[in-house]
Amino acid sequence: MDTVWKSISKLYGEHGASTVNLNLISFNDEEKSAILRVGHTSLELLKTALASITKVGDKSAAVHVLRVSGTIKALHRKL
Amino acid sequence: MKRVYADLHLCANVNDLSHVKRLANRALTLGYGFVAISFPPGYAEQLVTPTKEICREVGVELVPRVDLKPHTPDELLRDLRKLRRKFEVVAVVCQAKTVARQAAKDRRVDLLNFPQPDYRRVFFDWATAELASNSLASLEIDVKPLLILEGTPRIRLLSILQREVQIARDSHVPIVVSSGVSEELLMRKPSELASLASLINMDGIFAMDAVSKNPVTIIKRNREKLSWRFVAPGIRVVRRGKDC
Repeated sequence: MDTVWKSISKLYGEHGASTVNLNLISFNDEEKSAILRVGHTSLELLKTALASITKVGDKSAAVHVLRVSGTIKALHRKL
Repeated sequence: MKRVYADLHLCANVNDLSHVKRLANRALTLGYGFVAISFPPGYAEQLVTPTKEICREVGVELVPRVDLKPHTPDELLRDLRKLRRKFEVVAVVCQAKTVARQAAKDRRVDLLNFPQPDYRRVFFDWATAELASNSLASLEIDVKPLLILEGTPRIRLLSILQREVQIARDSHVPIVVSSGVSEELLMRKPSELASLASLINMDGIFAMDAVSKNPVTIIKRNREKLSWRFVAPGIRVVRRGKDC
């Protein structure tokens, strides 16, 4: 989550980051996938921040959005 | 109708087919239908055929592309005469204002690319946009510098790109957003490229068109022009034979 927050504050500043209302719902270490909750008004902002991540810690990495859904139940069904 | 996506700028090492295969696989996973790989101008024939084969095996369509880096308008014209019919996409890396102007008004040029280190000296200005709007050239924006730069250089780049996008929009010059990367981890999904384009004031459908409609239009137009059926715009060979 540190990486995500850093990316958001780099692109949009601390004020922008404060408006995102971002939460980590779950993280699957085996699949390296996570479910993040964000307000729909900040969705595009989060997508941009995730796309701009090139490193996690010292390692090169890429973060991709797999699905977006209004509810977690529907999200699990789609995945 | 479902969109078809194209990344018109992948910088693969065309001498290393395993690298090409890795990038093509990644492009397929990310949802691209077309990928354009830059070839060195002198070795087109030898390298294009095996690269095309690899991409066909993987399941994406290769679009051979050449990046021209002329220093003068005359050099550009010479290169275009020599190379236009060998490549499906011709991009001109504008290193001088005179080259940018010549490239913008030449109907054989598909993409105008302004290199990142020179963005303060040479950029897409109103005069170039005016010329490009009367020809077929599109403005190409590579996402790679947005990913690798940080701090002040990225802020400066964003400012320049925002201005260029505004000029292109006002002049009705199509914009193509490409990755411009050589590493798999820097490749992004089309929707993610569109999201990154929102940083330079390209929103919604306009950004999605820059990764699908605009590049695919260039590919289709050039494939038609390079086909043996093409005679001139609006005129094509329908059948050949003595009974025609």
